[in-house]
Amino acid sequence: MIVTPLFSAFLIIIMGWFKKSLCYPLMIIALSVSTFSSFANLESVLSHGTLHYHLGNWQPPWGIEYVIDHLNAFVCVIVSGISLLIGISSKRMVEKEFPEKTVYFYCLFILQVTGLLGIVVTGDMFNLYVFLEIASLAGYTLIAIGEDGAPFASFNYMIYGTIGACFYLLGVGYLYIVTGSLNMADLSKILPSFHNSTVVLIAFAFFAVGVAVKMALFPLHVWLPDAYTYAPSSVSSLVAPLTTKVGAYVLIRVMYTVFSPSFSLQVIPAGTLLCWVAAVAVLFGCILALAQTDLKRMLTYVLIAEMGYIALGAGLGNRNGLTGALLHILNDALMMACLFLIIGAITYKGWPRKIDQLTGLHRKMPVTMAAFVISGLSVIGIPPTCGFFSKWYLVLGAIDAKQWVLAAVLLISSLLNAILFFRVIEKAYFKPVPEDSHGGQDKIMAIDEAPLSMLIPVLLLVGGILLLGILSGKIISKVIQFAIPASL
Amino acid sequence: MEVVTSIKPVLAISVSALAAVLILFTGEKRRNIRELWTLFASVIKFSIVLSMIPIVLEGKTIECTLVQLFPGVALQFRVDAFGLFFAILASALWIATSVYSIGYMRGLQAQAQTRFFFCFALALNGALGIAFASNLLTLFIFYEILTISTFPLVAHKETPEAISAGRKYLAYLLSGATLVFFSIGLTYHLTGTVDFVPGGFLQGHGSSSLLCLLFITFILGFGTKAALIPVHEWLPTAMVAPTPVSALLHAVAVVKAGVFCLLRVILYVFGPNLLSDLHFWLPLAYFVSFTILLSGMLALAQNNLKRRLAFSTINNLAIIILGGCLLSPSAITGGIFHIAAHGFMKITLFFAAGAIYVKTHKENISELDGIGRMMPVTLGAFAVGAMGIAGTPPIVGFISKWYLCLGSLEAKEILFLFVLLGSALLDIGYFAPIIYRSFFKRSQEQTGSSVSEASLFMLIPIIACAAISILLGIAPDAFVHFFKIAMLVAKSVL
Repeated sequence: MIVTPLFSAFLIIIMGWFKKSLCYPLMIIALSVSTFSSFANLESVLSHGTLHYHLGNWQPPWGIEYVIDHLNAFVCVIVSGISLLIGISSKRMVEKEFPEKTVYFYCLFILQVTGLLGIVVTGDMFNLYVFLEIASLAGYTLIAIGEDGAPFASFNYMIYGTIGACFYLLGVGYLYIVTGSLNMADLSKILPSFHNSTVVLIAFAFFAVGVAVKMALFPLHVWLPDAYTYAPSSVSSLVAPLTTKVGAYVLIRVMYTVFSPSFSLQVIPAGTLLCWVAAVAVLFGCILALAQTDLKRMLTYVLIAEMGYIALGAGLGNRNGLTGALLHILNDALMMACLFLIIGAITYKGWPRKIDQLTGLHRKMPVTMAAFVISGLSVIGIPPTCGFFSKWYLVLGAIDAKQWVLAAVLLISSLLNAILFFRVIEKAYFKPVPEDSHGGQDKIMAIDEAPLSMLIPVLLLVGGILLLGILSGKIISKVIQFAIPASL
Repeated sequence: MEVVTSIKPVLAISVSALAAVLILFTGEKRRNIRELWTLFASVIKFSIVLSMIPIVLEGKTIECTLVQLFPGVALQFRVDAFGLFFAILASALWIATSVYSIGYMRGLQAQAQTRFFFCFALALNGALGIAFASNLLTLFIFYEILTISTFPLVAHKETPEAISAGRKYLAYLLSGATLVFFSIGLTYHLTGTVDFVPGGFLQGHGSSSLLCLLFITFILGFGTKAALIPVHEWLPTAMVAPTPVSALLHAVAVVKAGVFCLLRVILYVFGPNLLSDLHFWLPLAYFVSFTILLSGMLALAQNNLKRRLAFSTINNLAIIILGGCLLSPSAITGGIFHIAAHGFMKITLFFAAGAIYVKTHKENISELDGIGRMMPVTLGAFAVGAMGIAGTPPIVGFISKWYLCLGSLEAKEILFLFVLLGSALLDIGYFAPIIYRSFFKRSQEQTGSSVSEASLFMLIPIIACAAISILLGIAPDAFVHFFKIAMLVAKSVL
C-alpha cells in the first residue's frame, strides 16, 4: 500500500525523462492500487482483527513494525481515497498552472501521499518521524510551486514544521531514554509504570506541542493560512484536508494508544487543557475567517476551526467525544477536499477569489456552486449532511462531560460558520448580475463549467457528504467503536 | 397500539423532492412542463396522505424505518393522528398554492422562477418530513431542510431589502435551530432515546432544574419558528417574499411546523403529566398570552397589508400553543383544530392580498379605498377569512375558538378565557378597517365601478379556500375528518 506510491514516485521521474504524458496515468494507477489495498486492509481488519507486518522480518520491539488496527485502517481509507480523487482532478489544474513542471509535481504529490500513509500505518515512533519528514518535505516543495507569496509562505511553513518535527523527535528521544523502546505497543505496556516520571511528562509535552504544530492547532497555526492560500489549488486541495487530519490522527494515537487514556486524562489534565485550547481555536478560526475577503484564505481559517473540533473531541476523553472526533476526521476531510477543489475549479475558469467578485457565479457554474452550497451546509452542520452528525457526537460528548461552555462554543461556531458560508452564497446567487453592455444577457447566462475531470471528483465528494451522514450509524458500529480504547 | 409497516410516508415525503429535481432539470425554457411537475407532485402527495386517513382513524399507526442513525435512534417515520393532521393540511394547501403561484409568478413576470418552484417543492418535503418524523432527530433533519429551502424564497426578489430579510430570517431561525440541537442532545443525554411517546417520555429523568433548562431551550428554539414574541421579528420582515411564499410557508408550512414541533415537545416529549407536576405549563401559558395580546395590538399599527396579516399570524400561532399548554382535552382539541382552521382562513387572506398586489401593485391598507368594487370576489373571500379569524360563526374559526374557550374553563383558568375573547376583539379591530375601506369608501382616482379580477389561476384557489373555511365551519368533519383526528390526538396524549 505504501510501497506502490513510493516506488512509483521514483518511476515517475525516470519516466518523465522519456515521456511526459505517462506520468499522470502512472500516478493514478499507483493511487488506485493504494486505495484498493487500504479498503482491502479495512475489510480484513474488520473480519480478522489487527494486522501486523514486520519490516525485514525483524521481530518487534527491535524491528520496525507496521500495525493496522481499526483506527488507522479507517484513516488510511480516508487518506488514500481522497488523494485518489484529488489526483484525478489535478491533471487539468497542473497543466494550466505550471505546464513545465508536471513531472516533478506528480512525483512530489505521490511522495506526499506516501508520507501521509506511512505516518498512519507505522507502529513505530521513530519510523513515524521519518514519514512525517517525507510528507513535510514534499509538502514544503509542493507549496513553493504556487503563486507570488508561495516561496516565502513555504519557507515560513518549513521553519514551523521543522520546529514541530524537532519537538516530536525530542519526545521520541526522551521516551527512548526512559523505556529503551520505540515500538508503540511495547511503549504502551512499559509506560504505565513511569507515570510519575518527569521525563515522561516532558516527553508528552514535546509530543503534544510538536503534533499541534503539524495539525495547525491554535496558537501554533500561524504557518497555515499563508501556506495554503498561496499554494497552487491542486496542492492545497491535497494538503489542506489530509495533512492536518493525519496530524490529528497522530495526536489521538499518542494520547490514547502510546500513553494510556488514564495518563492523558487523569494523571495530567492534558485532555482538559486540550479542550480549552481547542475551544479557543474554534472561535478564533471562525472569527478570523469572517474578516477575510479572499475565499481561499477564509477556508484556511475555517480549516483551523475544524481542527479545533477534532482536538476538542479528542480532549473531552469520553466515548461520544472521541467518536465525534474520529467521525469528524472523515467528514472534515471530505468537506475540505470538496471545498478546496471547488475553489480550484473556480480559479481554473479564471474567476477571482475575492468573495465580492463572485456575483452571478451560479449561472456560469451551476453544478460547482450547488456542490459549494452542500459542502458549506455540511461545515455549518445542517442535517442531513455529514457535518451535522459529527457535531452531534461532539455536542453530546460535551454534555456528557458536563462542559456546558464547550457545548455552547460548538453551537456558536455553527452560527458563525453559517454567516461565513451564506455570505458567499448570497453573493453568488442573489446579487443581481450587472448587465453587460456588449454581450447582453445571453452571454452572461451561458454555462461555463469546469472540466469533467474536476467535476466528477467534486460530485463524488458531495455524494459522500450527503450519504455518509445518514450512514454514520453503520460506520460507527462497524469501525469507529472498535477504534476507541475500551476503557472509555 | 397496532402498527402497520408501510412505505407510504416515505413516498409522501419524497414525491416533492423528486418533483424538485425534475423542476430543476426542466428549467425555464419549458415552463409549462415545469409547472406540470409541481401540480402532479402536489396531487400525488395529497392522495397518498389521504389514503392513510382510514388506517389512522382505526387507531393504528403507520411506521417506516429507513436506517439506524445512532444507538436507539433511527431515521424513522411514524404516521400518528397528530402528524397526519398536519400533513393533510400542508399537502391540501400545497395544491391550492401551486395553482395560485403559477398565476402569481407569471402575472408579475418574476425572475428565477425555476429556483422558486424548486425551493417550494423542497420546503414541502421538509414540512411533511416534520409531520411524519417519529423522533426528535428525524424531525430536526427535516426542520433544517425546511429552514434552508425557505431562505431563497424569502430573498427571492434579489433587492437589497429582500436580501436583508433573508439574512434576518436565517439569523433567527438558525439560532433557534441551534438551541433545538442542544435540547435534543440534552434529551438524548438524559434518556438515551428521542422517540416521541404520546404523553411524554421525560418523566423520571433528570433534576427539575435541568428539565427547566431543557424546557426553556426547547420553547425558545422551536418558538423562533412559531414566531413567539420576542423572537418573532423575522416573520413580518419576511413578508417581502412573493405572496405564495407568505401564504403557504409563512401562514401554514413553516410557522405551523414551528407550532407543530412545540406541541410535539409539550405533548409527546414532556407530556401533560410532567408539565403539570413541575408547574411549567402556567408560566408558558402566561408567556403565550402576552404574545397573543401584544401581537394583536401591533397588528393594529401596521399599514402594509401583508405585515398586518403577519402579526395576525403571530397572534393565531400563539393561540394554538395556548391550547396545547392548557393541557385540558377541549383546549388541546381546539388548539390542534385551529392549526387547520387558521391555515385555511389565513391562506385565503394572503391569496387575496397577493391578487390585489398583482392587479394594482398596492401593498398598503391606506391605498385600498374602493378596491372592493373593483375586485368583489377577492375582497368577498377576504371578508370571509377575516370574520373567520375573529371567530364569527358559521366560519371555521368559530369552532376552534369555542373549544379553546371551553378548554380554558376546564383548566380552571378564567384569565385565559378573557385573553381569547380580547384577542377576538383585536381581530375585529384590525380587520374591520380593511373591509370598510375596500367596500364603503370611494376611490379617489377611479370613477367607474368596472369589475376587474385577477386571473383564474389565482381566483379559483381564493374561492376554494374561502368556501372550505365556511364548509368546515358548518361540518368540521367534512372530507378528511379534521375534527375527529384532533379529538384522537387529545385522547391519546392525556
